[in-house]
Amino acid sequence: MQGGDILSFINVRDKVVQIKIVYYGPGRCGKTTNLEYINRTYKKQIVSEMVSLKTHGDRTLFFDFLPFDMGKIKGYDIKIQLYTVPGQVKYNATRKLVLRGVDGIVFVADAMEKQREKNIYSLNQLHENLQSYNESIFKIPLVMQYNKIDLKEHGIPILPISVLQKDLNSRLKVPFFEASAITGYNVAATLKKIIFSSVISIQKKLL
Amino acid sequence: MNYGIVSQDQLEKIEAILEEKLVKLGVDCVIVIDMAGNTITARGKGISKYDVYSFAALAAGNFATVDAMAKIIGEQEFSLLFHKGETSSIHFSKINDELLLISLFGRDISLGFLRLNVVEAIDQIRALWA
Repeated sequence: MQGGDILSFINVRDKVVQIKIVYYGPGRCGKTTNLEYINRTYKKQIVSEMVSLKTHGDRTLFFDFLPFDMGKIKGYDIKIQLYTVPGQVKYNATRKLVLRGVDGIVFVADAMEKQREKNIYSLNQLHENLQSYNESIFKIPLVMQYNKIDLKEHGIPILPISVLQKDLNSRLKVPFFEASAITGYNVAATLKKIIFSSVISIQKKLL
Repeated sequence: MNYGIVSQDQLEKIEAILEEKLVKLGVDCVIVIDMAGNTITARGKGISKYDVYSFAALAAGNFATVDAMAKIIGEQEFSLLFHKGETSSIHFSKINDELLLISLFGRDISLGFLRLNVVEAIDQIRALWA
């Protein structure tokens, strides 16, 4: 990409780059909770309201959307657009729609023992959904978040990280974080990591 | 990722077409977005009033949903997508497989007149790729 061959979401004249990051994972794993925590914590940088399309039962129906400005990199304003997908099994058609044009993905896994199968199923489906856009789960910037580790203190059986890593990350080998979206533990670390990976990946594609 | 779909030169030409065909007509705001929900450009006096980025994300989702519904019932696509409000209305039009043109307009513009101008604008924009 050189000379006049400039890109859509990178507006050279206005010096704006839009980066789409999607939080993906099984139902009730904490994707929306991640965004809600970010929305509360970084209120000053967020000019828009968080948009949530949900059912009466407070489950995500289509997506949550949270845009915020990250400041400048090499003179370009970086506009981060965070999305979640609906986690419920029946909503795969809408999950696919949200993945269109994605630049980076956070896979939120539910660390509760009883959710083990659901995490694996969801990750496999992410793999398939990306393939339908000719994207590869092995190439796209991806970060694993093992959420709900705070439940251990409440006596709820939690999968050891070694098991989660073996189940979900043995082939992908992407960065991972233990986290608790509800308390905010490692929510920002996960976000920073995926923004960093996405920016690097976009820069590489431009060179 | 829609790398390289609109060059800077094309972007400027698109903006000139939007100004000429739609902003002059009196639309509140005209936005070109890609199907991923990124804003390519927004023109018109309304852009400072609205949260264009959230609007683009929702518009892309809305269009994609309706498109998927069309496929389920065996339609290629629904050619008219229009939401009518008390004072403001929204008109969606597909430019090509990657881009959408969305017009927000008030009661002082008729839908028919707007559609004529949208069709002309889209023809001119498509010609930029010809």
